[in-house]
Amino acid sequence: MTVESTAARKPRRSSTKRVSAKKAQPSEPELVQLLTPEGERVEHPDYAIDLTPDEMLGLYRDMVLTRRFDAEATSLQRQGELGLWASLLGQEAAQIGSGRALRDDDYVFPTYREHGVAWCRGVDPTNLLGMFRGVNHGGWDPNTNNFHLYTIVIGSQTLHATGYAMGVAKDGADSAVIAYFGDGASSQGDVAESFTFSAVYNAPVVFFCQNNQWAISEPTERQTRVPLYQRAQGFGFPGVRVDGNDVLACLAVTRSALERARRGEGPTLVEAFTYRMGAHTTSDDPTKYRADEEREAWEAKDPILRLRTYLENEGFADEAFFTELEAESETLGKRVREAVRAMPDPDQMAIFENVYADGHALVDEERAQFAEYQASFAEAASSEKGN
Amino acid sequence: MSVQKLPLAKAINESLRKALETDPKVLIMGEDVGKLGGVFRVTDGLQKDFGEERVIDTPLAESGIVGTAIGLALRGYRPVVEIQFDGFVFPAYDQIVTQLAKMHARSLGKIKLPVVIRIPYGGGIGAVEHHSESPEALFAHVAGLKVVSPSNSSDAYWMMQQAIQSDDPVIFFEPKRRYWDKAEVDVEAIPGPLHKARVARAGSDLTLAAYGPMVKVCQEAAAAAEEEGKSLEVLDLRSMSPIDFDTIQTSVEKTGRLVVVHEAPVFYGSGAEIAARITERCFYHLEAPVLRVGGFHAPYPPARLEEEYLPGLDRVLDAVDRSLAY
Ligand SMILES: Cc1ncc(C[n+]2csc(CCOP(=O)(O)OP(=O)(O)O)c2C)c(N)n1
Repeated sequence: MTVESTAARKPRRSSTKRVSAKKAQPSEPELVQLLTPEGERVEHPDYAIDLTPDEMLGLYRDMVLTRRFDAEATSLQRQGELGLWASLLGQEAAQIGSGRALRDDDYVFPTYREHGVAWCRGVDPTNLLGMFRGVNHGGWDPNTNNFHLYTIVIGSQTLHATGYAMGVAKDGADSAVIAYFGDGASSQGDVAESFTFSAVYNAPVVFFCQNNQWAISEPTERQTRVPLYQRAQGFGFPGVRVDGNDVLACLAVTRSALERARRGEGPTLVEAFTYRMGAHTTSDDPTKYRADEEREAWEAKDPILRLRTYLENEGFADEAFFTELEAESETLGKRVREAVRAMPDPDQMAIFENVYADGHALVDEERAQFAEYQASFAEAASSEKGN
Repeated sequence: MSVQKLPLAKAINESLRKALETDPKVLIMGEDVGKLGGVFRVTDGLQKDFGEERVIDTPLAESGIVGTAIGLALRGYRPVVEIQFDGFVFPAYDQIVTQLAKMHARSLGKIKLPVVIRIPYGGGIGAVEHHSESPEALFAHVAGLKVVSPSNSSDAYWMMQQAIQSDDPVIFFEPKRRYWDKAEVDVEAIPGPLHKARVARAGSDLTLAAYGPMVKVCQEAAAAAEEEGKSLEVLDLRSMSPIDFDTIQTSVEKTGRLVVVHEAPVFYGSGAEIAARITERCFYHLEAPVLRVGGFHAPYPPARLEEEYLPGLDRVLDAVDRSLAY
């Protein structure tokens, strides 16, 4: 099979409906792969991985449950329970592979789509839904699981991750930091600045770019003319492109980058070459800009299917495993559904909570005025009743 | 006469279309403005008809969008750029404030930067954070920028024409929760000046001054007050920099009372500027202090609380009552 790199595609007039050029091929020399789309184990000279069958079953389970959670959230949005949802459909391997490479003391800086990484960190998935339901702007304590709040402003968190990593290095700790972002984000100034800082200060940070081929309607070639992982070179640190639909390769490559960071050798850029199978968010309509065939081509590379094929072929999993997992998925779906429906609207006074850590006279004044104003309705209502 | 009933978003779309047709130097730039037509479809169909050289999907980089628009303007183009949402203008804020706003003055008037920056702003659509903010005061505070906001389809159409024709940078705030409101647009009318306020409803007891999304709320408040026998005048300011103080003064001299309404936080907001100026100009006419209704000194809350946060009919009427009680 032939390969066309992003650079080689060179569309003068970007025609986003072209399909063939986007295929990541197993034979592509720059793409680290350990499990082919057909479910065959292949070796890579630099990224060996040795997992027990149980560990592989664990990865499979993580991916299936994450997908189930994601599907549940999508349908909850459709039912009006969530205001918005950013689905990770298709990106399970990138997230679970990288997420399972982390140690507990590592720190994660996600975007708004890292539900699988959150899963690996032990964040209760129902906690992720508050901001999408509109009851809060975050909803978890980042320090409980070393998993920072979701970041909506594109690229901002890469600088936070870098600064955090600089702090880790100053402390003499050997933990590492990982920053997630998209191919679109790679265009932001903040991301370039985070590359500069992390290189200059040799910060123990791994930049994990999920290149899912699209930034809303804009294809990756609208952000870059070289493969993204090659950006790193110009900043003075290594970049590597991994098959983002191959959970084993994502695990191996991220693990190696984290180890490098721990050894004090500085940042690495990992580009997970993957695909956003659904819409950008539930507000988006991908039929406006992308061809069905493209999605179909990527469905053939489904991260979950390929691991399943492998597990079955090797005899690592029997029917009972899959049946049990199916039941577990259903339980998770039900739990999420119930938790969301039970999620109360915040108290009105929450508007004034936590604006400042030390308090602020103006906020106190406005809070009191607002309380009095709201109380006036209750008074009016009760005096009407009295009449 | 050619009158059409258009939603506000479509009126802007038609206005951009007309600008692209009449001036070959006009360019549209921004994230997703091409094939998708923008996340609110304001630029829908324009790339199809004018091509990728005129309607440009940009990389996802706001500083880059505004910075290159400045360069294109230096080269004689008239870029109209879209910032996808209010909360995402800040990566570009440096370029807008330190460069765009000041080059004309620095060049002793030799450089003109006819750049329009379109920003869908304000709340009320149940969005996640950074999608509902009203940062207009942050721009109005900067000399060298003009800041406007239409409240209806007709103004949206005409003010966009005028903004594009202006040789100054214009920050064009589009009230996103009004995008789907329909109103008549006369595409052959002769519009009033860009920065002139409009009396949206005549009245004699009190003046409500608003712009953008809050004009409709004030009109509803005036209608409700009328049922209680109160006659409120509603001003649609249309421009936050400059502000048409003459129109406000004329109205306040008649009514003796002013309530300024906006979604943005009250503290250091445009209402503060208006209150101070009108107090200077109309001190002896005022029957009550100028009151302000707006957002709190708190981050824009999650969607389930925005009803409480945004000034609605009740909060406006409450301020009206307080003013009339003096
Ligand atoms: C600074 C900024 N500009 C614009 C947006 C609006 N926006 C939200 S997501 C998105 C596309 C992001 O694409 P990418 O970085 O590739 O990540 P993906 O969503 O594909 O995972 C855009 C333009 C934003 N959130 N922040």
